[in-house]
Amino acid sequence: MVDAVRGFAIIAGAWVRSALSYRTSFVIGTLVQLVITFLDFAAIIIMFGHIEAFGGFSISQIALLYAMSGFALGAADMLVGNAEALGRRIRDGSFDQMLIRPVPALAQVAADRFALRRIGRIAQSGVVLTWAISAAPIDWSVARVVVLAGAMACGAVIFCAVFVMGGAFQVFAGDAAEVANAFTYGGNTLTQYPLTIYPSELVKGVTFIVPIAFVNWYPGLFVLGMDDPFGLPGWLQFASPVAAVAFVVVAAAFWRTAIRHYRSTGS
Amino acid sequence: MGPISIDRVRGTAGLYGALVVRGFRRYATYRAATVAGAFTNTVFGVIIAYTYLALWETRPDLGGYGVAQALTFAWVAQALIAPVGLFGGFIIDDLSERVRTGAAAIDLHRPVSLLGLRLAEDVGRAAYHLLARGLPPMVVGAVLFDLAWPSQLSTWVLFALSVALAVVVGFGLRYLLGLLAYWIIDVQGPAWVLVVLQLFFSGMMLPLVVFPDWLRTVADLLPFRCLIQIPIDVLLSEDTGTAVAPLIGVQLLWIGFLLGAGGALTRFAVRKVVVQGG
Repeated sequence: MVDAVRGFAIIAGAWVRSALSYRTSFVIGTLVQLVITFLDFAAIIIMFGHIEAFGGFSISQIALLYAMSGFALGAADMLVGNAEALGRRIRDGSFDQMLIRPVPALAQVAADRFALRRIGRIAQSGVVLTWAISAAPIDWSVARVVVLAGAMACGAVIFCAVFVMGGAFQVFAGDAAEVANAFTYGGNTLTQYPLTIYPSELVKGVTFIVPIAFVNWYPGLFVLGMDDPFGLPGWLQFASPVAAVAFVVVAAAFWRTAIRHYRSTGS
Repeated sequence: MGPISIDRVRGTAGLYGALVVRGFRRYATYRAATVAGAFTNTVFGVIIAYTYLALWETRPDLGGYGVAQALTFAWVAQALIAPVGLFGGFIIDDLSERVRTGAAAIDLHRPVSLLGLRLAEDVGRAAYHLLARGLPPMVVGAVLFDLAWPSQLSTWVLFALSVALAVVVGFGLRYLLGLLAYWIIDVQGPAWVLVVLQLFFSGMMLPLVVFPDWLRTVADLLPFRCLIQIPIDVLLSEDTGTAVAPLIGVQLLWIGFLLGAGGALTRFAVRKVVVQGG
């Protein structure tokens, strides 16, 4: 574990130094990330030009859900998002080199092409979160602060697990990197809105199968002081850490299985 | 250049035809990537369809669309993402990579214009993506939701024409961006900007009919609506009563402008090209 963190830090640091040597590119890249992510919030603002509430939620309440999900995805994308490029490493054979280095392969894959500019999405989520906290009617208490902070950390872990599974999947289907997008960016898009607009089967799916509802929906309901619109038990609102740990265990098992079945493309 | 002979015309047509087929085959090679892409488009189709459903059930007739028209928009937009190159890539990557490695010099020896070569390849690619990544989300969408399909054959034909024009507009935009590589080598930053503009002003994030007036005016002045909003407006024209001819006209105008600029800039770029590597 220590090896993994140190290895990750060394490799990521090298990529950061390399990115910063092209300072203009770095600044533009970061700003563009910020603008891109703001545009989907702009779409929500435009929608609210026509409606008062969406799925029973006001714009400030949706902003809270949006920011929690955006932060979690942004943090995960920065930390392990490059797992989606594993397919290329496998195709050109350079994954073999990673496997023989004295740093865990996952740490190398995650740190590979580490992109600090992805902080743009995190920054944008921070801006929206600040607004949501000031505008949404939240009855603040210590418990709510703890649940909010905890959910953002757990949410990042949940999305990290999705990225790792997406990377592992490419060991079996090298070109299928885009499948992971359905769950990472798709999960992010899905959880930007209150889950009340989706059919209950879909809500069950993102609760019990791919637990992205724990990124923002259940803890968000607690922070906003709302009852579960689907009538699901209240303890789910505190279950994000459990969901995160359980999903990490599954992702780790899948990653190990993938590494065991990895067959080099040869030279 | 001598008089135009039949053989010459036939030869040229055959050459471009062959390039189209190569473009098609090049992308058809990656089956897993195609399945993965179609899957992702379909998942997003489901998510976006439910958001539109919620929006239009709250505000029926918003922007002149009914629920069925809005849902049709959601699914057809997903089907068009890959063919029109909404997320950039393809030609941009090809052009800039070839400039960076010096392979661009070889392109200048070829018996076809750079623009014609790339356009033919991109048409082949788009044809493949329409079939492999366009049809699956449309079929799934039609199974899951009540969509508003045209009843007249002529509307379908006009839709097909508008999609074809959208592909060429998409190519024109990405080609111009790829050409930038002749001046700045690393086009990643501008490429992202193009993707942002395409996503927002094409109608992909939200149909332009929902935009507030001032933003709609901005969108109408830009070429990006040719990619998604216009083809879908043509498809929905029976229900919305939109006149189709002006829409097709706008697409043709932009094609003329983008390809004209592309051709002129290509000649300019070629004159100043400095071959990398080698």
